Amino acid sequence: MTHRGSRVLRVGSLARVEGEGSLHLRVAGRSVEEAQLRIYEPPRFFEAFLRGRAHTEPPDITARVCGICPVAYQMSACRAIEDACGVTVDRPLRDLRRMLYCGEWIESHALHIYLLHAPDFLGCDSAVDLARTRRAAVERGLRLKQAGNAILELLGGRAIHPVNVRLGGFHRVPAHDELRPLQEKLRRAAEDAWETVGLVAGFDFPDTSLDADFLALSSPTTYAIEDGTPAVLRTDGARRHFRPSAFPDHVREEQVPHSTALHSRLDGRRHLTGPLARFAISGDSLSPTAREAVREAGLDTVCRNPYRSVLVRAVEVVYAIDEALRIIAAYEPPARPHVDVPPRAGTGHGITEAPRGLLYHRYRLDPEGTVTDACLVPPTAQNQGAIEDDLVRIVERTLAEGDPTDEELTRLCERAIRNHDPCISCSAHFLDLTIDRA
Amino acid sequence: MSVPTLAVFKLASCDGCQLTLLDCEDELLTLAGEVRIAHFLEASSAVTPGPYDLALVEGSVTTPADAERVREIRAQSRHLVTIGACATAGGIQALRNFADVEEFTRAVYARPDYIDVLATSTPVSDHVDVDFELRGCPIDRKQLLEVITAYLAGRKPDIPDHSVCFACKRRGTVCVTVAHGTPCLGPVTHAGCGAICPAYGRGCYGCFGPSGSPNLRALIPLLHRDGMDDRAVERLLRTFNAPAFDKEVRS
Repeated sequence: MTHRGSRVLRVGSLARVEGEGSLHLRVAGRSVEEAQLRIYEPPRFFEAFLRGRAHTEPPDITARVCGICPVAYQMSACRAIEDACGVTVDRPLRDLRRMLYCGEWIESHALHIYLLHAPDFLGCDSAVDLARTRRAAVERGLRLKQAGNAILELLGGRAIHPVNVRLGGFHRVPAHDELRPLQEKLRRAAEDAWETVGLVAGFDFPDTSLDADFLALSSPTTYAIEDGTPAVLRTDGARRHFRPSAFPDHVREEQVPHSTALHSRLDGRRHLTGPLARFAISGDSLSPTAREAVREAGLDTVCRNPYRSVLVRAVEVVYAIDEALRIIAAYEPPARPHVDVPPRAGTGHGITEAPRGLLYHRYRLDPEGTVTDACLVPPTAQNQGAIEDDLVRIVERTLAEGDPTDEELTRLCERAIRNHDPCISCSAHFLDLTIDRA
Repeated sequence: MSVPTLAVFKLASCDGCQLTLLDCEDELLTLAGEVRIAHFLEASSAVTPGPYDLALVEGSVTTPADAERVREIRAQSRHLVTIGACATAGGIQALRNFADVEEFTRAVYARPDYIDVLATSTPVSDHVDVDFELRGCPIDRKQLLEVITAYLAGRKPDIPDHSVCFACKRRGTVCVTVAHGTPCLGPVTHAGCGAICPAYGRGCYGCFGPSGSPNLRALIPLLHRDGMDDRAVERLLRTFNAPAFDKEVRS
């Protein structure tokens, strides 16, 4: 049967993504009239119930927005509140925060590469299915993931919703000896990370290119994770920076009827955050080992193909392990586990790089430190528009080249969405695919 | 004998508790050899319709659609186990139960009319019969494996309901309240996490919810003694298991 007419396709609930969402696609002939990523994750109202809480509470509370990237929430919250209170955290504590964050990048990326994304490239439904033919590869992925979790468990107390993070630093910092077993584990993980780069470099990548500006933190000396200045790389190659406090002036959120997430735009244009944006903006600051991984992966300086984001994730895993090892090698226990963060009235902004993209927090405090206003802008809410554009482009191209069945189109769309590692719980709100060939 | 089927479902939640299953890195492939994972959207695009032998449900009921869904899940599941503070106590999103949800919607969304939610966030057990409730925000990996193993073996899970204090003693952690005057919910909080917070020098913040027969009336004066005013105590009890602690305060 032919599908040249108009049709509507629905994907009820997207699999291998974090959170709950659906997709609605309306196709007329060979063009896509409408592509909506419908996020039906129920709203949880974090920004509302944060009001009235003490300034010490948002790191623990906002961690619960997302079980996959709780550290990102804790770090953006700490940064924002420390900014409001005019406090700067000592260098050794900042290093420990960066190492904790590396743990989350390793865990989250290994999860996405092996358990969520690789099955698409290797024609399986899941990693468990993949393990029937490539058990050693899946075991490697799980080992890598465990190495990330080992950092989180040591520095954070546990892998999901770590308990050891507080304003100003940590409740407790590790003794020198405690890091030694971790160091050995990470050295083995570094080999697994290299083999991962080799594995993903062998995947077949459909040819496509995103048409969105990139937004990522940048830092003069390092690949920005927990600290940096927001930088924009436009599609025309123009680059600029803005202050973290100017984030609300540049990135505006709007609500759309099909989603419980708020969509956002950067200076009125589509933008994308996450691995592709970070690599394009900060790729020069990667460590020598990670630069080698870039060459091994066959990446250029800027990559706009979302299918190839898996290559950047693999490079970032190499980098995060390298960074964690560097921090361990230079580690001297800080004199105090945290600096004091006495409350004062004011507004603070905190931006860090969650594994799936830039995460902004803003809090306003009264003189006693009570939160009077809170704003969270998660990466998936920022990426939703670019993901929808990406779907239109990929589907139209497929329609131009052949005559796909509804089932083939559905599979293609789900894959295109997974490229972006969307975190739908984060957007506070997931996917149900409808393809409308009306 | 046929292989038992396992299904994982999600309602309003952060995905952390179902991620705990994927965090069983050493056991995951072995488990996948013992059960057929019939429905686990976070991990697999292959979905088989019910009935299921064991369903794990994460998340709380916050929308009319989820209230219906949880009844369908119950109808398809031989055993239904809820996992995590959202599913067992309503979760952090149950803070709306103490506020005006319409005001909350207006505070977050410019167009509240697009949003269809219930005024309360409630545990799954308020809607359907639940065979076992596994506590925690997030749940503990070892406890999750114990519950799955128990249901596969046809026995009751061995999950004690004593307080975090027992776990601190077992771990050999010096009491943070006695030694440092640090406010701690350990005496009234359900064990299961391994008493991590006191081991890291902070007081327990109650993320596993109330233990069996918690003596909150005796604890609250100690919290006051250690520097917490009434508002601070209320905030401490109203986080990830607010309705469950609230019930204990009123009892």
